[in-house]
Amino acid sequence: MTENSAPVIELAGITKRFPGVVANSDVHLEVRHGEVHAVVGENGAGKSTLMKILYGMYQPDEGSISVDGRAVEFGNPKDAIAAGIGMVHQHFMLADNFTVLENIVLGAEPTTGLRLDFRAARRKITEISDRYGLGLRPDRLVEELSVADRQRIEIAKVLYRGARVLILDEPTAVLVPQEVDALFANLAELRSAGLSVIFISHKLDEVRQVADRITVIRRGSTVATVEPRATTSRELAELMVGSELPTPETTESTVTDVVELAVAGLGISADDGPSLLSDITFDVRQGEIVGFAGVEGNGQSELVEAIMGLRKPDTGTVVLGADDMTLWPAQDRRAAGIGFIPEDRHRQALLLDAPLWENRLLGWHVKPPAGGRYWISPRLARQEAAAIMADYDVRAPGPETLADALSGGNQQKFVIGREMSTKLRVLVAAHPTRGVDVGAQAAIWDRLREARAAGLATVLVSADLEELLGLSDTLYVLFRGRIVAKLDPSEVTPKVLGGYMTGAVTQDGEVGAQDGEVEG
Amino acid sequence: MTRLLGWVRGLAPTLVALVMALLITGVFILIIGEDPLAALGALFDFGDSPTAQANSIGVWINRATPLFLAGLAVSICFRMGLFNIGVEGQYRMATVVAAGVGAAIVLPAPLHILVIVVVAMAAGAAYAAIPAVLKTTRGVSEVISTIMLNSIAVGLAAWLVRSPFADPDLGSGETAATREIDESGQFPGLNDLFGALGLEEPRRPVHGFVVVAIVVGVIIAVVLSRSRFGFELRASGLNAMAAAANGISSRAMVIKAMLLSGALAGLVGLPDLLGSAHRFQSDSFVAGYGFTGIAVALLGRNRPGGIALAALLFAFLDRAGPRLQSEGIPPAAVTIMQGIVVLSVLIVDEVARRRLRRREERRARAEDPTTRSEEVAS
Repeated sequence: MTENSAPVIELAGITKRFPGVVANSDVHLEVRHGEVHAVVGENGAGKSTLMKILYGMYQPDEGSISVDGRAVEFGNPKDAIAAGIGMVHQHFMLADNFTVLENIVLGAEPTTGLRLDFRAARRKITEISDRYGLGLRPDRLVEELSVADRQRIEIAKVLYRGARVLILDEPTAVLVPQEVDALFANLAELRSAGLSVIFISHKLDEVRQVADRITVIRRGSTVATVEPRATTSRELAELMVGSELPTPETTESTVTDVVELAVAGLGISADDGPSLLSDITFDVRQGEIVGFAGVEGNGQSELVEAIMGLRKPDTGTVVLGADDMTLWPAQDRRAAGIGFIPEDRHRQALLLDAPLWENRLLGWHVKPPAGGRYWISPRLARQEAAAIMADYDVRAPGPETLADALSGGNQQKFVIGREMSTKLRVLVAAHPTRGVDVGAQAAIWDRLREARAAGLATVLVSADLEELLGLSDTLYVLFRGRIVAKLDPSEVTPKVLGGYMTGAVTQDGEVGAQDGEVEG
Repeated sequence: MTRLLGWVRGLAPTLVALVMALLITGVFILIIGEDPLAALGALFDFGDSPTAQANSIGVWINRATPLFLAGLAVSICFRMGLFNIGVEGQYRMATVVAAGVGAAIVLPAPLHILVIVVVAMAAGAAYAAIPAVLKTTRGVSEVISTIMLNSIAVGLAAWLVRSPFADPDLGSGETAATREIDESGQFPGLNDLFGALGLEEPRRPVHGFVVVAIVVGVIIAVVLSRSRFGFELRASGLNAMAAAANGISSRAMVIKAMLLSGALAGLVGLPDLLGSAHRFQSDSFVAGYGFTGIAVALLGRNRPGGIALAALLFAFLDRAGPRLQSEGIPPAAVTIMQGIVVLSVLIVDEVARRRLRRREERRARAEDPTTRSEEVAS
């Protein structure tokens, strides 16, 4: 229906490098008038970076942006807004104690002389609301509204500023199914009014439902732009995951028969009902790395938290060796020898405002020699921090350096060094090489392999398939909080893995039975 | 050597801030039409006669001791990002209970004092436990609950002193008070020490409890820097989420921090009670240490050493109040100056901290040329 319309936005050859990492390379994206254009890709594929470039938050190192055929350069989001581009962030930026009207005009207040002209604003908002079926009531307080209502306010806010192109960053992540349908109806209104929507997501079923065209990003580059009607979910999944999976390094199996960590029947429900994890059962043996693949948000975080004792499971048990530790507090689990590399190192792994030697103690401060039941030894902690810095190639002036002063890669190396320089029984690693440059990544993988050879039982959660396939002895796929497949990493094909990860196939289904399945 | 250098470097911003505060106050005094230099003279004037000077020093010590303890109490909670505004109420409750219990028992001297100290700490901790429990079970902001408990403490203390702890020998016209604590429960003053040092003895008692305060300060300093509890407190304050992810229960820390803070608050009223008042009387009870303690803790950067210096500075300024008044400068000038000191120290400190951080980052970057300050968004 929109085949012949001219592109409103064209990104050509966009490359964005951060020192050590290329976030986007040679990205091409063309958005036409009156279309919903989905941008899909795994977490970390570079979608957000691309959108930040388009919205003027980052400047590209190479490539060009043109709006309506004219080349433009955005120094900041203001320029982008002036060019008619608006962004609806995943995390809403609304003032709770303001009304809908006040929130929408905030920062773009209409004035007559020195007075705020709320009447004109109200007229304009009502008009926008009616035209696109947003159903806004300007005088309601935002704090009384549902998440879906707030999202509509964000959309109205962008339209109020005259946007012709709306970027929606994972808009369905916060919505329940009925609200998703309502959102899609709104998007259809926008499309028929000739506006363009860039819809960022990694949920393939939704994307196929709402988008006119789909651009797939993988590892920072655009792979293809396809029509949803001419493409199956499985083909999309394959585009996302990659047609060639990295060949896992053929290492000698070090898996023993001794089960070190046994999870059985684990289930967790959110406070308001839906189950986040259900019936998770698996064993990790000494010398084994058990990998968990899955699109982010399918229960990985909850699983990690349940093993670490940060979240109480509703059902099931977690057993370490011979000890049932289901009811143990987190501290006891660490003390029993469970290492933890959290997914978000800034929020969960580090005290950014503290020196490295204090960070050395974090999580291990009850463990002698540097820590202890009652007393800690700053002197020993400094020595140990210095040893970690030497062993794990953490480049920093010294143990007194604040963690915040280090680069992301060096912070991660320090965290990994901290966890692995204690005698561990189990290591729970979530995205251990996220945001780390290639050199450091290889070093971290070597460390994990060494520890595995020494008999460590490892639970590895990652969005990086190369990492999962290269390290895991056994690979599980999580989808909507369930283990949907148990695979042998050396035999799995991208089609199979992508299919399970996106829910396109289940293990009972046609594909899983033929290839990929192994008995454990 | 490097450590000494670091120490000097750490102190330099504070000194700059103090000079700034002095200058701003000078301008303020100029504005109200008085002579700043005369005011400065009055500030450092300890009196003409040796007795007056000794008195002055005594007042300084007596004032600094409770401020130090209050600052210490507040700082424990500040360290983990909790705002215990309730030190004021906690020490009022602790003092009245300690006075009541202390007067009701008679024990050999050191034991009597020890019992009173323990009772005061327990009462302070118990009163601080209320906001702690409210926060951990119901999520009530400790700021709100402690402020409200301060008001309740005033009423509760007034009732305690009138009813269960009241001195039965008081006449009908006299202000309600607890009975006087027996001599065995009175803390010896430092007046003799002045004599031993070759000074004149002050006429009013100099509270010997300052010795206890110093010991407590040293203990707290060691606990904060060397103990597991101190580390957990610091970790929770710096990043509560990371602390929780690494097995430090934030609920347990809230309770522990509030209890310790309350126990320390319980000591605030004791220098007066054990040193000179020997009984609790609503009218002569010195209120306000809990609030000033917040400023003292801020000024001392939550470190026991810093809090001691801050308490000495505040007490020094307080002491000069009457003398400034005799120079025709309103005593409110002292309060204003204290405020300006706190503000300028905080501002200068923040600026210094940022500069320090930028230097650290530059140094780290020099170590690793691939460092980037920006995260790659996923």
